[in-house]
Amino acid sequence: MSADKLVEGVLKGKRRSLARLISMIENEDPSADEALSTLYKHTGKAHVIGVTGPPGSGKSTIVARMTAELRRRVRTIGIVCVDPSSPFSGGALLGDRIRMQEHTLDSEVFVRSMGTRGHLGGLARATSDAVRAIDAFGKDIVIVETVGAGQSEVEVVELAHTVIVTDVPGSGDDIQAIKAGIMEIADIFVVNKSDLDGADKKVTEINAMLDIAPNMEDWRPPVLLTNANSGEGIPELVDKIEEHMKYLHESGTLETRGLKRSREELEKLMEYKLTRELLTKLQGTREYDEAIKKIAERKDDPYTVAERLIAEFLVKHRE
Amino acid sequence: MSSRKIRVLVAKPGLDGHDRGAKVVARALRDAGMEVVYTGLRQTPEMIVEAALQEDVDCIGMSILSGAHMALFPKVTELLKKEGVDDILVIGGGIIPEDDIPALKAAGISKLFGPGTPLEEIVEFVRNNVKKA
Ligand SMILES: Nc1nc2c(ncn2[C@@H]2O[C@H](COP(=O)(O)OP(=O)(O)OP(=O)(O)O)[C@@H](O)[C@H]2O)c(=O)[nH]1
Ligand SMILES: [Mg+2]
Repeated sequence: MSADKLVEGVLKGKRRSLARLISMIENEDPSADEALSTLYKHTGKAHVIGVTGPPGSGKSTIVARMTAELRRRVRTIGIVCVDPSSPFSGGALLGDRIRMQEHTLDSEVFVRSMGTRGHLGGLARATSDAVRAIDAFGKDIVIVETVGAGQSEVEVVELAHTVIVTDVPGSGDDIQAIKAGIMEIADIFVVNKSDLDGADKKVTEINAMLDIAPNMEDWRPPVLLTNANSGEGIPELVDKIEEHMKYLHESGTLETRGLKRSREELEKLMEYKLTRELLTKLQGTREYDEAIKKIAERKDDPYTVAERLIAEFLVKHRE
Repeated sequence: MSSRKIRVLVAKPGLDGHDRGAKVVARALRDAGMEVVYTGLRQTPEMIVEAALQEDVDCIGMSILSGAHMALFPKVTELLKKEGVDDILVIGGGIIPEDDIPALKAAGISKLFGPGTPLEEIVEFVRNNVKKA
């Protein structure tokens, strides 16, 4: 499908155009870039909420419950659920939708599942552009569920305005893991499965950690208890999300983060495009294979060769 | 660097509560490199079609044991047609009497797999018959 047609469909609120655009983003189809660049001016309106936390901690169930509560508050919702792709087959089992069945027939809710396709950091490479497409489509709120996260799956912070970190009652060991990485990215902590033993203790532990953590902002992450199965604590969670939104606006944090994100995105994009350009020129040429062979045989070194190839590439492009 | 992946929705329409078979097939498709959206039990045809559209899948695979296939399978293809969709492959599995197969095929279910079909056969069929470019 042509980029123009797709853009037209997305802006008219056609879900199939949105669905197709997201596939094209995932498949790195060049038309997707074209469509996104036209859609860019229609984005920046949605509030993006990230939900991350250990596998099985109840992220999908919480997302479904949150969606129900937000719908009661007349918000429209887009959801992107990321699950890991198998490094062996490249395939993926995307199962987060199971918990979101109640919203399938609600035309104000759009749900999309996504495999990581080898990308690390808790998201797929396509996630941030998919969120942008849903933003242009006109949803008020976009919720991103990351893969079941350990300490290095923190990329969601670059994309979400409000990051929710979920945890469950139980051994204090995993709090160490959380402390290392996801601790710092949380705007709101949720201790889910409040029906299980040790929930209050977990809340106390997280609060104690927050007491000693250096506070960069005026917002101290609240620690909430939820039972996503029964829905208990969910309205309070949505209240906190709205409070956080308000804080971001009023403190000017939204603006600072927006600038920071635009810079990072531009630099990442340039880096990616430049590398791709360079490699497509080189790969498969005899000269390139020769150079690699020489490095392997220790007749040349990768440092010098990299400098030379890049210099040659830049000179050629100046002409 | 464009890398197309086959996406399949595996759904369990009807009221019977057994999804072991559906899960085994879902896993086999994943192991063959496909992305499998699994939607769980008790799906209505409306839910299946809506999920398939949002997920932009190439194929819908449904499994049924309760005998409601004659009502539910054709309803899915009918709803797809109503949406103007002609590029999603629809296949079914479960306990389906030989006599019902011609009518289901006529309704647009491309293939029906009986119990005990080798998983490779299902994988191959999907791989060779998805319609999207
Ligand atoms: N007891 C109890 N179980 C819950 C609660 N919330 C979710 N669960 C159960 O926990 C299991 C995992 O829930 P999910 O929502 O799939 O968890 P998840 O974090 O999305 O899992 P992944 O996406 O696989 O990482 C399910 O069996 C839920 O029913 C809760 O508040 N209490
Ligand atoms: Mg989940």
